[in-house]
Amino acid sequence: MCLAIPGRIVEISAENPESALVDVVGVRRKIDLGLLQADKPAPGDWVLIHVGFAMSKISEQDAADQMSTLRVLGEIEGAMQEAQGYGLEDLN
Amino acid sequence: MKFVDEFREPELISKTAEEIRRLAGRERHYRMMEVCGGHTHAIYRFGLKDILPENIELIHGPGCPVCVLPMGRIDDALAIAQRPDIIFAAFGDMMRVPGTQGSPLEHKARGLDVRIVYSPSDALKLARLNPGKHVMFFAIGFETTAPSTALTMMRAKTEGIRNFSVFCNHVNIIPAIRAILDSPDMRLDAFIGPGHVSTVIGCRPYEWIAQNEHKPIVVSGFEPLDMLQSIVMLLRQLREGKARVENQYKRVVPWEGNRAALKAMAEVFQVRPYFEWRGLGFISQSALRVNERYADWDAEQLFEVPGIRVTDPKAAQCGEVLKGVLKPHQCKLFGRECTPEHPVGALMVSSEGSCAAYHNYEHRKTAMVSLASIA
Repeated sequence: MCLAIPGRIVEISAENPESALVDVVGVRRKIDLGLLQADKPAPGDWVLIHVGFAMSKISEQDAADQMSTLRVLGEIEGAMQEAQGYGLEDLN
Repeated sequence: MKFVDEFREPELISKTAEEIRRLAGRERHYRMMEVCGGHTHAIYRFGLKDILPENIELIHGPGCPVCVLPMGRIDDALAIAQRPDIIFAAFGDMMRVPGTQGSPLEHKARGLDVRIVYSPSDALKLARLNPGKHVMFFAIGFETTAPSTALTMMRAKTEGIRNFSVFCNHVNIIPAIRAILDSPDMRLDAFIGPGHVSTVIGCRPYEWIAQNEHKPIVVSGFEPLDMLQSIVMLLRQLREGKARVENQYKRVVPWEGNRAALKAMAEVFQVRPYFEWRGLGFISQSALRVNERYADWDAEQLFEVPGIRVTDPKAAQCGEVLKGVLKPHQCKLFGRECTPEHPVGALMVSSEGSCAAYHNYEHRKTAMVSLASIA
């Protein structure tokens, strides 16, 4: 639950600037940018995502390090499941 | 050594471990508490205890929101969810947490409409997709997660979505730390501060720990090097007799926190006068409830809440493990009646719970490549 998943902003939604299409652990999902109003990310930026919301902007190196951490913690599968579930793509 | 390849600068990890051994010396016994469940998980998974000298003891704190939730709250929410028009939505890690009549997943097997969501905004989406039903989102988490729930509720209000509510179990980390420090059976020297909670609340809320309690606290990242560096920083302070708040996780945590997130929480929530924590009992002003402005989206206002209070089975020592008084394996049920496959308490269900982390560590100890091989 504490975990944060790194993602790369692909494009900011035209209709809603608080929504962005993000590349996260191999899938493209809509992520909420509502918590990053002070430091708005742009396409190409990396962010740390927690429960579908971007929490911080990070560097590409930080994103790679975070992926390593998730991998060693055995959380990659969980992170992928979570990312795939964003937007109810995985509706059960 | 696959592990070594996963992280950059293995030499730096060795050097830092060496610095810890040098700083720790031999005479003094150091007790450091890591507050957040993510750090607990990391400590076991990285095998940190193997490379720390024996006189540094890591004690697990109560920072696992699933673990500290009393069973009665799950029972209350599931009781509401018995209504035929309700969809019960929650994160995956809630699904197997036992209530007295079973877990949410077990209720689903018996016909209750229970859905896993990975974001509160997806619970709201479920409401949009199911206009004939009411979606009740079972919200848990510390300040890391509360702002996202808050923003979602603000969106529900703006869009006029009426078939959505939140059963709010968000808790606050500072009162929990205060309760630990006030506990007579705890003796701690320092704290490894939570990483992602701090991206929201910043580092200022920890200042009283340093100033009033004279304990150093270092807000830490989650990589092995982050945690080792944090321990070095704590040791340096302890040897100098200092007590300050330091931020090791600067690349992610801003000292002032996240204003938008704090604003959203203030807009939607208010602090409960008290809340029951598993293991820690009732703690005043330690949890959030939905405020009057959002009463129409507050499941506890919309529905009858039975107010079930359940004490843990006498034999289960969840409370003592949560406070760090007992180690997981010292609980009488550990590894016998209570295992990850059939958990009795929440500390065994959640991957951040110290019992689950300890149990998995024990089983993988021989197979796991730990830092010990390079440090």
